[in-house]
Amino acid sequence: MSIAVWLPLLLPLLAAPAARRLADALPPRTAALLLAVSAVLLAACSTAALGLLAGAGALRLPPVAALGHLVLPVVGDQVTVPAACVAAALLTAVAVALVHAVRRHVLLADRARRNAEQVGTAAGDLTVLSDARPDAYALPGRPGQPGRIVVTSGMLRALDPAEREALLAHERAHLSGRHHLFLTALALACACHPALRLLRAPLSYALERGADEAAAAAVGDRRLAALAIGHAALAGRPAPRPYAALSVATGPVPRRVSALLSPRAARTPRAIALLLAAVVTLSAGCALYAAVDLHGSIEVAQGEPR
Amino acid sequence: MPEPSVGRRPSGELEASVLAALWAADGHPLTPADVQRELGTALARTTVTTILARLYEKGSVSRTRSGRGYAYLPVQDSPGLAARRMRTELDKSTVDDRGTVLARFVSGLGPDDEKVLRELLAQAGGPAAADGGPGPAAAGAAADGGTGDGGPR
Repeated sequence: MSIAVWLPLLLPLLAAPAARRLADALPPRTAALLLAVSAVLLAACSTAALGLLAGAGALRLPPVAALGHLVLPVVGDQVTVPAACVAAALLTAVAVALVHAVRRHVLLADRARRNAEQVGTAAGDLTVLSDARPDAYALPGRPGQPGRIVVTSGMLRALDPAEREALLAHERAHLSGRHHLFLTALALACACHPALRLLRAPLSYALERGADEAAAAAVGDRRLAALAIGHAALAGRPAPRPYAALSVATGPVPRRVSALLSPRAARTPRAIALLLAAVVTLSAGCALYAAVDLHGSIEVAQGEPR
Repeated sequence: MPEPSVGRRPSGELEASVLAALWAADGHPLTPADVQRELGTALARTTVTTILARLYEKGSVSRTRSGRGYAYLPVQDSPGLAARRMRTELDKSTVDDRGTVLARFVSGLGPDDEKVLRELLAQAGGPAAADGGPGPAAAGAAADGGTGDGGPR
């Protein structure tokens, strides 16, 4: 095994900023797909690389070698014992992070669903919570069940009837587009490689933009959709919001409103798209090469003729 | 403000719009005529009446006599308490978690966002853009659990 096995671990550092730049220039749906798919591919490759490194190291242990029917020591592989130990530790950390992410995810979704069922007033696909604080979100359903739109009474009162329709259309777009799957995929990818966290904000933004466009199409008025978002965001003031710490110079909400009011034609930066494609392919190629290489070494060590 | 397009839609979506209108009325019972006015003329009065009757049968709304018909109110048990408990539970979960499960309509505004947003809305020229939303609603939201939620049953 050569340098190739290390590359999938490092390439996300290059690919994440490229994907971010590219998503910025693409239409929302394409951007969301690009971000989620590249994150999952990069995470899979880096995790596979960790597995290969740890596996190659494990084969040096006599019991593992015996289990693998190795009659000779594994040769032609330059994985040092410390490197394999580090890889094994990282792999364990990834496994722990994955379990943690899944557990918290399931817990939160369950809690939100249970509470919506117990305290909300339901009609059609809407659940209203009696709460003066304005809030609205799409609550994904259990597998095989449709999701629900959850809105507080405070949010409904902050919007006029036409704006309420825009809000409902926006949340319906989240549910019918199964946007939570994108978010879940990225959360799991982030558990595998921390550099992919860079893609979280762009993915959220792309999904919100997609739902905004769907809402604008459903109510037949971009300006109305923009006003609904704006009024909903300002209705939340001055209540303290836990999200406030996230924002950079100009946050996603003004950018969404601006995008609806003055749409611009997206131009794809080809160079960045090519770079990203090259990096993801290289990452997959390296992981595959390292796997084939290790497989070859094992066969040799098993005494089989090559 | 253009009419919301509520004609020819799945009945679940119509029910949602009707319930939203009842809740937005802030404790005032609405007659089918009121709801129809809220949702726009594309919807027949009989359709609204049917939907309200269906919601009443499901227990989502309560009703009182009003003239020759009924006026409707959304059903809420122990106003706000349970919802607030839920909010507290959800707020406990970290930003990352909430973001991965619940796609929210609007996230928080940064320090400069409010100014930028108000300017954008003023440019869009909405009648309510200048004060950042319909007045009573904004006040009710700010009061957080004030009189708004404890309206007549």
